[in-house]
Parts: sequence; structure tokens; C-alpha cells
Amino acid sequence: MTDVKTKPAKGARLSDALTDDTLLQWLRSMQLIREFETRTMQAYQQAKIGGFCHIYSGQEACAVGTIGSVNHDDPVITAYRDHGHALARGMSAKACMAEMFGKQAGCAKGKGGSMHMFDRPNHLYGGHGIVGAQTPLGAGLAFGARYAWEVLGVGEKKVSLCYLGDGALDQGALHEAQNLASLFGLPVIYVVENNGYSMGTAIGRHTANHERLTSRAAGYGIKGIEIDGFDVLNVYDEFKPLVDECRDLQRPGFVDLKTYRYQGHSMSDPQKYRTKDEVEQWKERDSIAALLSYVMSERGAIDEDGWKSMQQEIKEEVLEAVDFAENAEAPDPATELYSDVLIKPMEGMSPSGAYLHGERNPLI
Amino acid sequence: MLTMTSPVPPGGQLVDHPALPGGYAEPDWSKPLPSREGDRVIQFREALREAISEEMRRDERVFLLGEEVAEYNGAYKVSQGMLDEFGPKRIIDSPISENGFAGLGAAAAMYGLRPIIEFMSWSFSLVAADQIMNNVPKMLYMSGGQWGCPIVFRGNDGAGGQLGSTHSWTVEGLYANVPGVKIAIPSCPYDAKGLLKTAILDPDPVFFLESERMLGDKAHVPEEEYYIPFGQAARLREGDACTLVSFGRPVNFCLEAADALAGEGIDVDVLDMRTIRPLDMNSVIESIKRTNRVVVVDQCWPFGSVASEVVTQIIERGFDWLDHPPVRVNTEDVPTPYAKQLEAAYLPSTERIIAAVRGAVG
Repeated sequence: MTDVKTKPAKGARLSDALTDDTLLQWLRSMQLIREFETRTMQAYQQAKIGGFCHIYSGQEACAVGTIGSVNHDDPVITAYRDHGHALARGMSAKACMAEMFGKQAGCAKGKGGSMHMFDRPNHLYGGHGIVGAQTPLGAGLAFGARYAWEVLGVGEKKVSLCYLGDGALDQGALHEAQNLASLFGLPVIYVVENNGYSMGTAIGRHTANHERLTSRAAGYGIKGIEIDGFDVLNVYDEFKPLVDECRDLQRPGFVDLKTYRYQGHSMSDPQKYRTKDEVEQWKERDSIAALLSYVMSERGAIDEDGWKSMQQEIKEEVLEAVDFAENAEAPDPATELYSDVLIKPMEGMSPSGAYLHGERNPLI
Repeated sequence: MLTMTSPVPPGGQLVDHPALPGGYAEPDWSKPLPSREGDRVIQFREALREAISEEMRRDERVFLLGEEVAEYNGAYKVSQGMLDEFGPKRIIDSPISENGFAGLGAAAAMYGLRPIIEFMSWSFSLVAADQIMNNVPKMLYMSGGQWGCPIVFRGNDGAGGQLGSTHSWTVEGLYANVPGVKIAIPSCPYDAKGLLKTAILDPDPVFFLESERMLGDKAHVPEEEYYIPFGQAARLREGDACTLVSFGRPVNFCLEAADALAGEGIDVDVLDMRTIRPLDMNSVIESIKRTNRVVVVDQCWPFGSVASEVVTQIIERGFDWLDHPPVRVNTEDVPTPYAKQLEAAYLPSTERIIAAVRGAVG
């Protein structure tokens, strides 16, 4: 999706070299996530979506700016607030929504749900539900990618992105993963989408020395930077050089990507721990409005009518996805309950039933 | 992701699966297994090393990672000499960081490699529980069939000898409860080689349980390559008086018990299950139809153990053939003690097995 016109002039921002088409694509992607999440909340309130459901609204510049800084075949893995990453990576709104509706046409055939968005063709290795559990996996993706070119002589140098929330900073898994990544020279960037809250606990109450998170990365010999995650151009300007460096040197990186979520931790969060004023203050800096203003005023790449029709198009795309999800077939327990447990089912594996090969995943 | 075609052993075939680009190899199952008799006597640990080395020579995607596997030549010398042959990119020393490196292995497998992750002891796998119980077995399912996890976790299981409560875990009861993994547990060097080679080719996660107390055991192991199919028990003694079912190290106690009982005129069937998942209950039921009595020997704690599962399935499928209630011999239901006498009293032993069989046939 990312297309660079020319090398930026001296003193210019890296993002100055991004084409209008790329910026419009990013604007579209961010608005799609926003609209998608609005409809997700509606569907959840109508009890069409079950389980735990974590809304990405407010954080759009994080997913779009970082994913816009890597190649399509660079591996990406994230935590449970994963709808934004899935859409930014190119998953269709239909497959994403159908998954939450628990339908066969969902990206995980209705077996994963909101927290487990997987998309093989788009190199998204999952949404993962246990806080921090994806961080050793992120190191493993980087290990696999490095081993492929270094030992097997297959492919080129890659960078893996491993997203986590600030709550995962407190999990041991992250510390083990960072140690391994630095020790083994694994090209993985730990992107902390720091929205200031670990569920309902503010960052100052849940993690030590929270104003200097990059010092932790430094403790492992990992380069760490802070980035304002509310400005997608700034995300690109700051993040892209780190990506290039980590790819080139085959080293890990760490980013304290400062952001904010407009909604609660999950759909069941009454948000007693923060004020409405606080939320409103952040909304004034809204990342979509900021990018729109730039592409409209600075670039002249879109006008009011163009923006209106883009919004309309996205609205229709998401409504279509909801409609699709609603009308899609539920998975049939006769074929799907016992499928995808094993690649090679064998007699004697289970006393309660025989494992099967289910229907092929709609994405692959 | 890596889409390299899986190398296939001679006579085998490549099987496609959408979650594994490049497919997986099936050995030639029609080829008869080589004789267990012979004079190529090597240790259990050498049999394991042969299995790993043979597969690593054929498939460059296979690597071994764990604590002390490379420069130290293996905490228990399983990987002795392998660093010299395969180099530090494929025989990889890891820090003491089980949760980290178990997860690293899991994602390397998703990416397209074939990791072998060594736990110095399965007792230490407990700190990696989230990765090996929550991520590895469920990846294929929760991704709706997009990503498998072809990985082998292996290491020492069971009481190693006065190691106390925390270092003496037998994990099979715990891990067999989780769907999505295969569990192999050899009792002798011959099976160790053949089962581990099968585990490495298998496209699903395999937990491979060895025993520190058996690594020095010596027996004939064929030099040639061979694969022992999962889910096929070995009948190691034949008799009509009682069926003895076991797996892993206690199989050896069952054989001693069988030999002692034969001297009293009690001939027993001894079934070495070799894999817990899959579990060859057909062989157990067939045997019970002849013996009408069964003793299950299991080095797990009794509550919710593999023995409980075996007995349950016997009741479900073979109740009418039984002339005596099924009997189980487990470790005693207490934490593993340190003192020699206490540990000996805690573990299943030849004497306890003999007593259990006498009780069942008496």
C-alpha cells in the first residue's frame, strides 16, 4: 500500500515523499476501522457478537502507520484488540465481522472470535487472547524469518511486528522475549500501543518508571523510541527508519507508541476510572481528522465532496459486511466441532469423537 | 512464511494440507520394522541423538534448541557432538527461559520450520504452560485451520532420583487432558529412536517424554532408519492370566514383574502403549478378552491420571469381559519426597505390580 514518490528533500519529513494515493489509502483504512468498530459495538449491543470484544477506535493511526511502514510479507502478530490490525493488513470487513458473528465465513470459521483474527494470505499470525502471550511468538516469527534466509537461503531479510498493549509490559513473557530477541539477533519490533490503561488501571499505577519505558528496552540492548501515535504521518516518520534499521541489522526494536482508546477496555467496561472530559480532550486531537486536514489542505488530494463520498463508500462496505455476517451460515457442529484440531487425525486420539478435516478456511 | 517442500524419507510420500504449505512427509508404513534383536548395543540417549541427527541431515528446517544443548553438549549428553556436525545456527543454546523459548519455537513452527525444543526436565515446562498448553495445541483450531504447529517438545519426565518435589514431575496426566497434542513415551532405546523420528515428521505438536533414569539403558538399536507408528501398543510378554498396561519407564518394572510371576505360573500380557495420545485401546480390549483381568501401571498421581482414562475406557468398552475390577498402580498421591526410602515407596515398583497382579488373579 505504501508508495513513495521520490527521496525526501533535505530537512523534509520522510512522509513528504509518500504519494497522495498512499495517504488517501491510509485515510480510507483509518476511517474503515472507525466505522467498522462503530458497527461492531452496535452488533455487540444487539447480542449478535458474543464473548469479549475490544474496540480499537482512537488508535487507528497506530495500526495504519506502522503496518504502512513494513512490507506485505513481513509477519505481524498482535494481542486481542486486533480488529484494527486485521483491517489495516487487508482482511476484508466481511471476514472480520463474520468471525465475530461466529460464522463459517469468518476468518477462523467462527472458532476464534473477536480476539483471534488470523489471516494467512496477509501474514497476520493472529490476535492472541492472553496478555503478553504473543510476545514470545513475535520473537519466533523473527527467528523463522531470519533462519529462512540465513540457513535455508530462502527469501530476504524481514522484520516482524509484535503489538502489545501497555498492560502487557508487566508480563514476564515480554521480558523473556526481549532477552531472547536481543541475544539471538531477532528482527522483531515490539510495538507497545500505550493507551494509558491496563484494563481499568492507569499506567502510573500498573508499571514502574512508566515515563521512561524505552529504558527497559535499553536494558536488553534493544533500541527503543517514543512515538506520538495520534499523528499517522509522524508514526511513519519515526517508525519507518527503525524498521529499516532492524531489517538491515537484523536486530529487535521497541516502540512506546502513545495513543488513546475512545471506548472502554472491552464492551463490558463502565469506565469509572476516567472522566468524560479526559476522553473528549483526546478526541480533539483525533487522528483521522488530522490526516484529513493534511491531505485536504496541504496536499489538495481530496475535497469535501471526495471525503463525503469516501465516507459513504466505507459506510456501505461495513453495512454490507454486517449484512453478510448476519446472513452467513453458522458452522455445522457435525463437521466443524471436531475439525482443525489436528492436521493428521488418528484413531485413538480422543475418547469422545473422531477428529476430522473440516471445510477449507475461506481465506486460504 | 516459508513454503519449502518437506523432504520425504525413502519410500515415503508427501501429504498436502492447507495449513502446511510444503506439506508433510509420511514414511513408508508398509516397510516392516527391523528386528529388535541384534548386537548394535547403544544407550537410550544415543538412540535419541540418532533420531534427531538423521532427520536434521534430511531436513534443514529441523533445529534443536534448549538449555545446554550446544556447547555443553547436552545437560544429559543427548546432543553430544551435534554442535560440531550441525553448527550453532541449528544447535542452539538457550537461556533458562522456558516460556520465552517454548513460544519462540511455536511461532518458528507456524512460520514453516520444524523445531525440536528440549526441556532439560518436563518439570520446567510448567513455567511455559501458557505457550505449550494455551498456544501450541490450539493454534490450528483458533485460526480456523490456517496455521498448524509442527513442533516437538522433548525432555526428561518422571522422578530422576531424589530430586524432590518440584523436579520430579510426570506431566502426562496433566498434558494428556489438552486436545490438540500427541504424546509419545518410549520405554526402551529401540522405541526411543523409532518414535522420535515419527514425532519429528508428524505435522502436529508432539510432546515426547523421556526419562533421566533410562538415558543410560543399553540395548540393540538398528543403524538403519525406521519409524514406529503412533497409536500401536507393543505386546512385550504373552500370557492369559492378566493384562498389564503401562507406558514409559514403568514398562520395565512390568517386564520384571511378568518374569517373576511366570515363575509362579502366572503368565501375563504386557502391553507397552508407547503413545498416550493416540492411545491404542483396541489392543488393550483384545488382550482383556483373553485375560479378563487388567492392571494399569502409571507413574502419574492417581487422580485424573492416564490410568484413570485407560480404566474408564476399559469399563466403557470391555466391561463384560472383566472377571475382576480393573486395578491401577500409580505413584502415591503425595508430593515427591526426597529421602531414598520414601521415594522408593512413592513410585510404582516391581513389587507393587506383582502384588496388584496377584490380587487381581487371586
